[in-house]
Amino acid sequence: MTKQDKSTEGNDGNDDNEEGSAVENEEAAKGTDKGRKRATPRTRRAHARGRDRHGDEEDEDGEDGARRTGHRRHRSRRRGRAAGNEASDSDMEPAKARKNQANQKSKEDDEEEEDEKGGKGGKGKNEKKGDKKPDKKGKKEKANKKKKDKKKSGSGSDSESEEEPITEEELAKLKEEVEEKKKLIATLRNKPWKMKKKLSVLKEAQLFVEKFEGALGKGKGKKFYAYKVMMTKKWMKFQRDFENFKTACIPWEMKIKEIESHFGSSVASYFIFLRWMYGINMILFGLTFGLVMVPEALMGKPYGSLPRKTVPRAEEATAMNFATLWDFSGLAQYSVLFYGYYNNQRTIGWLKFRMPLSYFLVGVGSIGYSFMVVTRTMAKNANDDGGGDDTSFNFSWKMFTSWDYLIGNPETADNKFASITTSFKEAIVEEQESRKEENIHLTRFLRVLANFLALCTLAGSGYLIFFVVRRSQQFALEGLENYGWWERNEVNTVMSLLGMFCPTLFDVISSLENYHPRIALRWQLGRIFALFLGNLYTFIIALMDEINLKLEEEKIVKYNMTIWEASLYNGTIPENSTAPPIQVDPADVPRGPCWETMVGQEFVRLVVSDMMTTYITILIGDFLRAVFVRFFNYCWCWDLEYGFPSYSEFDISGNVLGLIFNQGMIWMGSFYAPCLPAINVFRLHTSMYLQCWAVMCCNVPQERVFKASRSNNFYMAMLLFILFLSTLPAVYTIVSIPPSFDCGPFSGKTRMYEVISETLEHDFPSWFGKVFGYASNPGLILPFILLMVLSIYYLNATSKSYKEANLELKKKLQSQAEENKRRNKQKAQKSNEQEENPFETEPSPAKAKGDKQDESTPNKDGKKGQDGNGSKNTGQPQEASSSQTLQRPGPVLNGHYPPQSRGGNLPPPSIAVTRPPGPRRPGVPGYPPGNPCLPGMQPGMPRGPPMYR
Amino acid sequence: MGNKQTIFTQEQLDAYQDCTFFTRKEILRLFYRYRDLAPQLVPLDYSASPAVTLPYELIGSMPELKDNPFRQRIAEVFSEHGDGNMTLDDFLDMFSVLSEMAPRDLKAYYAFKIYDYNNDDYICKSDLEKTVNKLTRNELTPEEVSLVCEKVIYEADVDNDGKLSLADFQHMIVRAPDFLRYLVSLITTTEQEKTLPQRTNI
Repeated sequence: MTKQDKSTEGNDGNDDNEEGSAVENEEAAKGTDKGRKRATPRTRRAHARGRDRHGDEEDEDGEDGARRTGHRRHRSRRRGRAAGNEASDSDMEPAKARKNQANQKSKEDDEEEEDEKGGKGGKGKNEKKGDKKPDKKGKKEKANKKKKDKKKSGSGSDSESEEEPITEEELAKLKEEVEEKKKLIATLRNKPWKMKKKLSVLKEAQLFVEKFEGALGKGKGKKFYAYKVMMTKKWMKFQRDFENFKTACIPWEMKIKEIESHFGSSVASYFIFLRWMYGINMILFGLTFGLVMVPEALMGKPYGSLPRKTVPRAEEATAMNFATLWDFSGLAQYSVLFYGYYNNQRTIGWLKFRMPLSYFLVGVGSIGYSFMVVTRTMAKNANDDGGGDDTSFNFSWKMFTSWDYLIGNPETADNKFASITTSFKEAIVEEQESRKEENIHLTRFLRVLANFLALCTLAGSGYLIFFVVRRSQQFALEGLENYGWWERNEVNTVMSLLGMFCPTLFDVISSLENYHPRIALRWQLGRIFALFLGNLYTFIIALMDEINLKLEEEKIVKYNMTIWEASLYNGTIPENSTAPPIQVDPADVPRGPCWETMVGQEFVRLVVSDMMTTYITILIGDFLRAVFVRFFNYCWCWDLEYGFPSYSEFDISGNVLGLIFNQGMIWMGSFYAPCLPAINVFRLHTSMYLQCWAVMCCNVPQERVFKASRSNNFYMAMLLFILFLSTLPAVYTIVSIPPSFDCGPFSGKTRMYEVISETLEHDFPSWFGKVFGYASNPGLILPFILLMVLSIYYLNATSKSYKEANLELKKKLQSQAEENKRRNKQKAQKSNEQEENPFETEPSPAKAKGDKQDESTPNKDGKKGQDGNGSKNTGQPQEASSSQTLQRPGPVLNGHYPPQSRGGNLPPPSIAVTRPPGPRRPGVPGYPPGNPCLPGMQPGMPRGPPMYR
Repeated sequence: MGNKQTIFTQEQLDAYQDCTFFTRKEILRLFYRYRDLAPQLVPLDYSASPAVTLPYELIGSMPELKDNPFRQRIAEVFSEHGDGNMTLDDFLDMFSVLSEMAPRDLKAYYAFKIYDYNNDDYICKSDLEKTVNKLTRNELTPEEVSLVCEKVIYEADVDNDGKLSLADFQHMIVRAPDFLRYLVSLITTTEQEKTLPQRTNI
């Protein structure tokens, strides 16, 4: 064998490769020309094969020896197989084309997953890290090449032993082939074939690899590679397990899913919000509990050691009564639960824990943390909102991806069915909402009217609150003793009455507006929010008044204290002068009113009573009502279940607002009552269970189940607003009201924040304090603030422009899709018209027939039919393209094929299917010449024998 | 399950490993699962690959498929003759595709087949109606069902032929946010698969 021969062979092979890939590309680009293209490569391949054989013979002439005979035998066997393959080549044509398609499709995935899978499979897959061929070879090309390459490589290995220098190129080539084979083996499992076929293909490929792998002398870095693959696999598995673990850690997932499946995502959104709140409160609780309450309880001075840590003598008798404790006074008041218990010692315990500093930082930090979390969640939700274009396939996704294949339990399956039905209903409501056409003027008028009415209600209730609060202040000034029960409880009663009736009023008003339920919910939320703000406002006003009163009182007490001390000294010194420090029981020491503890108590009481009202409302309003309706329905004169009382619906707006305002209370009060987050955690925890139970057992789903917006940013916005509002009074009290002189960690200071400067002075080197002093002077801070404002402005502007660009792009995409659709439609219509002319009298029976044929053509007949088709050029394209949708080698689908390229010049398949051509027509009259599909269809139709299953 | 198994030859096992997404152990477990469906039918020696077929009634009663509304279609799609009766090869094939490791193109391809009730390689309106009715257990009114079907076709039909081809289907489903979860959920089928036979064999 000569060098020239070799090189020509190599070139030939290369040519073939290139051609193959070229064909491939063109196929991908234009499905229509497939047939013609396919015809060419085959002839060329045959040619190449011939040449190969020729070359082989030359080889044999030039060589001798027993080895060669072995080779010859081997080769002849192979050739025999090749011949067999060739004989069945035309038979196999469709199957190969199909493989080809499948190969293309799965190739990308293959390449991604190969690494992962490599180590797993059997033999020889470990060394496929060699360069992958960039050109994507179709399976058919591969198969053909394989045959050729076997011969070629046979000769290559022949010559390898004799002519070392030449084999380099050949070897590389062979290597590539082996790589390819291995890749095929590795990716075999990705092919949508039947197992039998996979097995046979596998065997073939393995034989090939086995034969020629030894010649390559590969497998040196095998172990290391296998190790690497194994490690990546392990890592992936770990990641997945971790992911699973993380999802398993999310509490109440199943409960919420169950509720969602029965009541829709809007109700579930409330529970998700509740769970989110629970998470935040857990962290707040952790902060206050771990950094304030526990250190004080463990390391602080024990109970009874100081006046502030002792129940005063007057209250001692009732300090342990349940009523007193329930009111959070008595013993509870003088415990770690409230501000007043903490001592102003700078450090406590052997750890030198800086209690006042910690208290201050925890108070500030929990508010800061809340701000951070809320804004971050809002930003994330906003991202989610702006991100995907998920509305485009809403229904399709619901239909095709909603079933969870994991479900293996009838109850879960029931839930899933219910949830899928609900989600469909939601989507249908949305759809109908968007389709609705109404009298726009009437709607507008009604909406304006509704808003006017709502505003009137709000203004009225606002004035009422204002009026009542003013009156109560007046009463308080004059002394409450002169007035009766009504005057004393006027504010509370008015507030709760307003809170009870106004939401219903808003509900009635909102029925005027006729909004989509989701938007209506927002309006409702907004209105009730405004109403509740009044509540908050009165509460804060009342508190401020009380604080002022206490401050006045404090002055008097301070004055009295000095008198009392003086009298103490005067009275005791003469009697027993042996004890210089006078021992007075701390319970007897007179003390100031300690307004901070009072504020904390107020908040705690409010939260607890709020919790009780909620629970009692649930029990009476939902549970008892449901029981009544359920059991008295048997003996009542009208239908209770569908008539007047009926079962209650879940009140989303009320519950959400209750939660939000409750959280506001927590934020405001937790500085003065460190126990508040703990109470709130308890409340949220119990209400999660109680409300889940109540919803599932006594509520009915809303009449119009609607989908909550995926991100409940509206809730978040309200929460942020409330957070801001509740921060204001807290910060105001911290910054501008002097702390009580005899209770709390900041007693003795003129302002609470002085604890910071004190710490700086004592615990940090002096230069730090200096630096801090410089940094905090207005000359530096003002420019800094200015810079921040500027950067905020800049970021805001850029984000806006990004958003706009995003929208623009989305619009463009959409319009492009529309355009494509329209063009396709036009084309379809055009070709329909063209088609209709010759067959005006061809009605639906033909179609039915065509469809039936498609359904029923069994394997072998299909092959036969296609064999016949294969002889004609026109028969090819539909096979090639229909093969994409096929998995089995057998069934032939005459006339149905998917579009190869969207919006390309190929007429959409609608022609073929919606109006199948007359099966018995022999000719192809009236078909446009440049359209190979249509004529192809025609003869294809009748050929499949009508075998019905 | 000892170290020595006499069910398959080594070559058979290797071949199955190359053709499916399973490891040797998993294949053996799957075999036991298959055998447990009908111990009297399935021999314990598969080295000669006997032609054993289990009827659909047995396949469909597996806990993994029992509650699946599409179980019949799944069995039909994966069975060799499209009648829902399965050989071991078909069985392995099915769970290989339903396993987590299967690439999503493969899954999309088989999902398409599953939803294509009349095997005409298009998901047409009647297919969609069947799917909706199975998913909702006939709880939607006919108008709602047809509305949903129309919407689906409107959304996903790129070439405007009034039905979904495989290309349309893939175009749509690959963009689905849940499609990843869809895959993940399929895993667990095989996870259960893995644990159950263990229990039976211990």
